[in-house]
Amino acid sequence: MTLTPKTAPRPKVAVYKFSSCDGCQLSLLNLEDELLDLASAVDISYFLEATRTVKPGPYDIGIVEGSITTPHEAERIKDVRAECKYMIALGTCATAGGIQALRNFASVADYARTVYPHPEFLHFLDKSTSIAENVPVDLSIWGCPVNKFMVVEVIAALLQNRRPNFPPSPVCLECKRRGLVCVAVAHGTPCLGPVVHGGCGALCPANGRGCYGCFGPSSAANFSALVGSMTPLDRYPNETAGLLRSFSSHAPAFKSAAEAALKLSSEKEQK
Amino acid sequence: MLDSTLNTGSTVALPKLELDALLADLRQNGFQTVGPRLQDESIVYREIEGLKDLPRGILSEQAPGSYRIIRTGKERYFDFIPAGQSWKQFLFPPRHTLFSATKDGTWQLKENDEPAPRYALVGVRACELAAIAVQDKVFMRPDFSDPIYRLRREGLFIIAVNCLDPDSTCFCTSMGTGPRLRSGFDLCLTELDDAFLVEIGSELGRSFLASRTYSLPSAFMQDAAARALTRAVESITRTLDTDGLPELLLNNLEAERWNDVGKRCLSCANCTQVCPTCFCWDATDAVDISGKNTRRERLWDSCFNPNYSYVFGGNTRPNIRSRYRQWLTHKLGTWVEQFGTSGCVGCGRCITWCPAKIDLTEEAAAIRREVAK
Repeated sequence: MTLTPKTAPRPKVAVYKFSSCDGCQLSLLNLEDELLDLASAVDISYFLEATRTVKPGPYDIGIVEGSITTPHEAERIKDVRAECKYMIALGTCATAGGIQALRNFASVADYARTVYPHPEFLHFLDKSTSIAENVPVDLSIWGCPVNKFMVVEVIAALLQNRRPNFPPSPVCLECKRRGLVCVAVAHGTPCLGPVVHGGCGALCPANGRGCYGCFGPSSAANFSALVGSMTPLDRYPNETAGLLRSFSSHAPAFKSAAEAALKLSSEKEQK
Repeated sequence: MLDSTLNTGSTVALPKLELDALLADLRQNGFQTVGPRLQDESIVYREIEGLKDLPRGILSEQAPGSYRIIRTGKERYFDFIPAGQSWKQFLFPPRHTLFSATKDGTWQLKENDEPAPRYALVGVRACELAAIAVQDKVFMRPDFSDPIYRLRREGLFIIAVNCLDPDSTCFCTSMGTGPRLRSGFDLCLTELDDAFLVEIGSELGRSFLASRTYSLPSAFMQDAAARALTRAVESITRTLDTDGLPELLLNNLEAERWNDVGKRCLSCANCTQVCPTCFCWDATDAVDISGKNTRRERLWDSCFNPNYSYVFGGNTRPNIRSRYRQWLTHKLGTWVEQFGTSGCVGCGRCITWCPAKIDLTEEAAAIRREVAK
């Protein structure tokens, strides 16, 4: 698809929110230096977090934040898909169900009964699912939150009819390029960096923390090797499994790796 | 002063505090002095001004996949063994802008003409100096000389240090690179409790040392240094059998061990990033949203990155087994044919900093055992 601003009016962009914390939309607003360039390159037609002015669809680019957690959202995403030519899933809620996908490993009805006096008024789905599990998605931008420069890069690539320059390599490569000390090897801090997609610039290791995996699996990820090498180092039961079951818990690679880590831990306990 | 005794190859005793003055002198002469610092429970190489910035009383305990600092409380600066960083980051920067381009009617190209920094490296170990010599062969070939590397390399001042307390992942003795320095430095230090013994390796080194206060080393000092150096050699227990190693690896590309290591390897690229000789890079363009400004950047890459071996239509090394095999057979095998030297200097970084605890000496030995069966 080509969206050349020379021959056509500025492409219309819509930004939607589903179940999410709004952090990724805020990342867009935080662009500051690039926001004017962005606004002159595209026509931001629907972005309620930024302005109540709404221009009618259809839109050229739909940017969707959030996961699908209610019956209403499951219907609404179909309408959104229908009015957008090109759809981008923005952030780990949209790409993998987000932190709220932890409900997928428990009973939401139990939670509702614990929290609300009248849970019967709540309408929710049993699972938090990614946008792509509901409607076709053209491109995914991972991250909790996303790296705002990746969003600009995607829009620039669309306008210039080229492939976006996304790093396919794991977080470790970005960590080493920054000259950071490996928190796993030097501190014994569990870190998912070896299997997680780069793009964050090794943000957590730069702050002495292990990678939580919010950018999703890297293209060459060897989760079984990670589980095999990390689980025996658990400082408390199911530490590795818990780490895998956080921001990207519902991503298939994380899901099966967490199960493998749980199995390995329970085998160890039985011995 | 003892100027008449000061020649290339001669050794003097230098009070430790004199190193401060030596570094200050280097800085006044336009050198950026970089050396070891204790940071984030590890040793990193960064700008240093003097002794106050150096790690003091630090040892490390290194094992496959594990690195821990040990504090000895001793007033010694160079007991530690290098950690994950190497000097390669100064000669072959992890990120370097090659050029930028602006479209104003037509494209205007602007090469990155920032002058190369002049580095004085403080605390270069024997294996690290050997690694620089290996990268010299990679980057400064008769047919092509990389200008980024060459400018930094040619301006280098090297203060080397003899390792006296090698770690369990060291195997420089197998690779013939250390632990004792022989040549290639401007000055070489051997640290004693109360002084540095300094060997002069070049005329430039001699000229900077000449203005310092030094003395002839006593027989006691020379004996202490000699004994410490002998102990260092004896303390290295890890080995890599290099006998016929390139042929062993290249004649057994279908060994079962490659499948086995392919299952354990994370393909995370850490080994290649900490390796002081690995030199893979990528060049990427960063185009802004107006489409009128772009910048081409060279950045460290790795043969473990699947995109590295992606060519139109597919990947020539589609799985981790094939990528690990490529790395090891290049490092220990085809490197010899390509550059006239092994790509491994025995520093052990790839062993210590592998989160999956893969040890190349063990992988090579396992293939040897498998073939012998």
